[in-house]
Amino acid sequence: MPRELTQNRIQKIWIPSKDDKPSMPRIPHGGPHLANPPTVIVMVGLPARGKTYISRKLTRYLNWIGIPTKVFNVGEYRREAVKHFSSYDFFKSDNEDAVKIRQQCALAALRDVKIYLTEEEGQVAVFDATNTTRERRDIILEFGAENGFKIFFIESVCEDPNVIACNILEVKVSCPDYQDCNKTDAVEDFKKRIECYRVNYQPLDPDQYDRNLSFIKVIDVGRRFLVNRIQDHIQSRIVYYLMNIHVQPRSIYLCRHGESQHNLQGRLGGDSGLSTRGRKFAGALADFVEEQNLQDLKVWTSQLRRSIQTAEALNVPYEQWKGLNEIDAGVCEEMTYEEVRERFPEEFALRDQDKYYYRYPSGESYQDLVQRVEPLIMELERQENVLVICHQAVMRCLLAYFLDKSADEMPYLKCPLHTVLKLTPVAYGCKVESIFLNVEAVNTHRDRPEEVKRGPSTLIRRNSVTPLTSPEPNKKPRIEGLDDPTIREVTPAQLTLCSTTHTTLALSTQHWLSEACLRTFLHYLQVVSVLLFQRT
Amino acid sequence: MRGASRSKNTQILDKRVCMTNCPTLIVTVGLPARGKTYISKKLTRYLNWIDVPTKEFNVGQYRRECVKIYKSFEFFRPDNEEGLKIRKQCALAALNDVRQFLTDEGGQVAVFDATNTTRERRETIIRFAEQNGFKVFFVESVCEDPDVIAENIVQVKLGSPDYTHCNTEEAVADFMKRIKCYENSYQPLDEELDRDLSFIKIIDVGRRYLVNRVQDHIQSRIVYYLMNIHITPRSIYLCRHGESDLNVKGRIGGDSGLSARGKQFADALGQFIQSQNISDLKVWTSQMKRTIQTAEAVGVTYEQWKALNEIDAGVCEELMYEEIQLKFPLEFALRDQDKYRYRYPKGESYEDLVQRLEPVIMELERQENVLVICHQAVMRCLLAYFLDKTAEELPYLKCPLHTVLKLTPVAYGCKVESVCLKVEAVNTHRDRPTNVDVSRQAEEALLTVPDHQ
Repeated sequence: MPRELTQNRIQKIWIPSKDDKPSMPRIPHGGPHLANPPTVIVMVGLPARGKTYISRKLTRYLNWIGIPTKVFNVGEYRREAVKHFSSYDFFKSDNEDAVKIRQQCALAALRDVKIYLTEEEGQVAVFDATNTTRERRDIILEFGAENGFKIFFIESVCEDPNVIACNILEVKVSCPDYQDCNKTDAVEDFKKRIECYRVNYQPLDPDQYDRNLSFIKVIDVGRRFLVNRIQDHIQSRIVYYLMNIHVQPRSIYLCRHGESQHNLQGRLGGDSGLSTRGRKFAGALADFVEEQNLQDLKVWTSQLRRSIQTAEALNVPYEQWKGLNEIDAGVCEEMTYEEVRERFPEEFALRDQDKYYYRYPSGESYQDLVQRVEPLIMELERQENVLVICHQAVMRCLLAYFLDKSADEMPYLKCPLHTVLKLTPVAYGCKVESIFLNVEAVNTHRDRPEEVKRGPSTLIRRNSVTPLTSPEPNKKPRIEGLDDPTIREVTPAQLTLCSTTHTTLALSTQHWLSEACLRTFLHYLQVVSVLLFQRT
Repeated sequence: MRGASRSKNTQILDKRVCMTNCPTLIVTVGLPARGKTYISKKLTRYLNWIDVPTKEFNVGQYRRECVKIYKSFEFFRPDNEEGLKIRKQCALAALNDVRQFLTDEGGQVAVFDATNTTRERRETIIRFAEQNGFKVFFVESVCEDPDVIAENIVQVKLGSPDYTHCNTEEAVADFMKRIKCYENSYQPLDEELDRDLSFIKIIDVGRRYLVNRVQDHIQSRIVYYLMNIHITPRSIYLCRHGESDLNVKGRIGGDSGLSARGKQFADALGQFIQSQNISDLKVWTSQMKRTIQTAEAVGVTYEQWKALNEIDAGVCEELMYEEIQLKFPLEFALRDQDKYRYRYPKGESYEDLVQRLEPVIMELERQENVLVICHQAVMRCLLAYFLDKTAEELPYLKCPLHTVLKLTPVAYGCKVESVCLKVEAVNTHRDRPTNVDVSRQAEEALLTVPDHQ
């Protein structure tokens, strides 16, 4: 009694139906089986070993490939609980009150992890803390066992003083903990903080104690890896990703081909050549690249004529990637938007309803693009300076990865012709510079139409691949003046002298800490209530 | 990945700086019966399939050429000077062939398969590579599980030419003594002493890995591949969707549903699967109607993969071969000239298909029992991977409708069982015609087109 199949109107996916109504669809593959147990990734390592850097980058990647992931940074919880950071004394292992607070913060974070994975359709939670003792890790393992979560440890081990010093300067000195200190004092205090942890540090031991755990030990920023007991697909992907990323300074330049003949006519897709202005842009691009004076720039194009013609003007070797080809508009290829609206009015409307999932008949969707472009992202991570000359939809996909944009935002990112975006990794995110090369071109951007009604029922979100913006680290409500530094540039640390409040606070520690404990609970309650009503 | 970038290797000063497109020498390391040849052959097969010209050089083969008749483990005793001399000569002969393959024959990767258990031997190889501008990547297999070793010996050593005249017990006993000969001088790759080398240490058949200094893209892919393969016994079932309406009409591509006979096949497939009594079978389909309809009849949960969709015939979608000859005679001839690389206008080539299918192959390696319901061109690509077929052979592999291929890994390769499910279907296989010249007549072009309605 085989069931009848109907084709979902937006994604063009065949699903079994009863009475011509689509029922729960089969999982279209692109990500891991969502029926699998959720995974908690547990970071391990002394301070300034890149744990938060890895947590955030990994989360961004997993969300982009459609695996709902979220970071839970225990330091943030601690900053919520203890409003004013005094000094490294807080982290001394004999500071009983502080130890208690830190434990409570960890437990609060774990509680939020549980909520995210069981009630908010999270698939992966990244528990970002030092987790340097076996005792702490055993608590987490128990937590995982109780809740049916898989546990995967990522340990970062590094003793290179240059790397550590660099980390401290890039992300610690400007951290809220040190906003009242000058740079030197901050660095000094932080180093003492590290020593507090070092005393009790029990690294993962693959030979004895931890031989049955699943983990990867990243040694010396990726020079060496020790990988133990990978359990499943997602852990294998995570390991592959971690083995491909690096921290060498470099820039990625994204731009579209020069204006094409089809662009001039307002036509989608096709394989036309450059217009006059497009050729002018290619020349301007060549000048721009020269000015940038880069070591070893790799140039990538798609296999479509317009992007290759653009690269030709640069007079440097370039590589063609089929994966960078523009989104396939299927039956709508080479039509103008007006022609599409005339000949396929329903398709036209459906696309505006859900531009990310919408697949052109016999063509592709943005969702398909993400899958197609993923190996390129992996290779971009391995590379250093690269210029990618691609197309509007493809560039939006790539940009969404680097700037952590959701599936909802991706199809509407602005990627105008004749404009180069220079992306430079900095701190925990990416700096973007937009450079218009001063050659006029048509505008090919279509904004999200205002009057479009968002249809709910036809969209199959539950089991499908959906890039999500990495959610805010869990620490609501926010402390005044504390912005999430994901995208904007890291500002230099305040140069105010470390004030006398520092000493005053140290003296009033006792009273202040007990107040902090009460505040922790209140904040915890607030956090929980906010989460319960939060839309995913 | 086609056209993969290779970055400059600017390591230590006294070594020659490897420029882009530097060939790579993979060197296996490990005691006998640790899976080195298994890994070498599998890796070679994978790299060739993703279009990286690769060849393995097994020093044991060279030794068998040299010493026609194997007497006993005594040959491998560390104090057997004659034996040592011969073994060293064989290694050098193999390295010489490696050099030829990588420099003169367009090879990209050479796999040097031998025990290479001493630092001294490895130093020789490193110097050789430096002199020739090759990158070196070591793959060491370390295993002390007696069950695994015993199983290896049974699966591949007993049938080796060395032991054709022995019975099982004698062979096993001799081989164990052979292993002993190597054990005393074995210097495993060391985290400290070998910290500047690029290598992966595989421990206990993949339970743990130590990866050191991955230099470039190809090494990264090799590591990823090695971390995804396993040796748990399992079978992979490959078949096409049931006969479709377009099949019956002799049309290619499209997204039609099953014909009546196609539906019959789907039912027969369901019964066949049940009869096989497979534990934990995963079923994969493409996103085209005909494969999904087929899977529906099997009655188990299935996953849809867009990557398994049939090759996109671009402007030729839904045409009959006769129509293609009429409308695009030049294209038709070009396709016959090089069916693997030929890309349909606005469509795909087999070469594109392989790239598209690589993640599917990777996931198939991770999985255990899987049934893949796909399409003719896609199935040819997957089959070529498992059966180590070349780019020339791939587009002409026979994958008839209504036939299931059961692939079971065994020894160094794959056993294939072909199960025809006894439901009639059209033949969709078009052989390469004799005349592939663009000037040929229509009849010559259409000579090998199978019958249809």
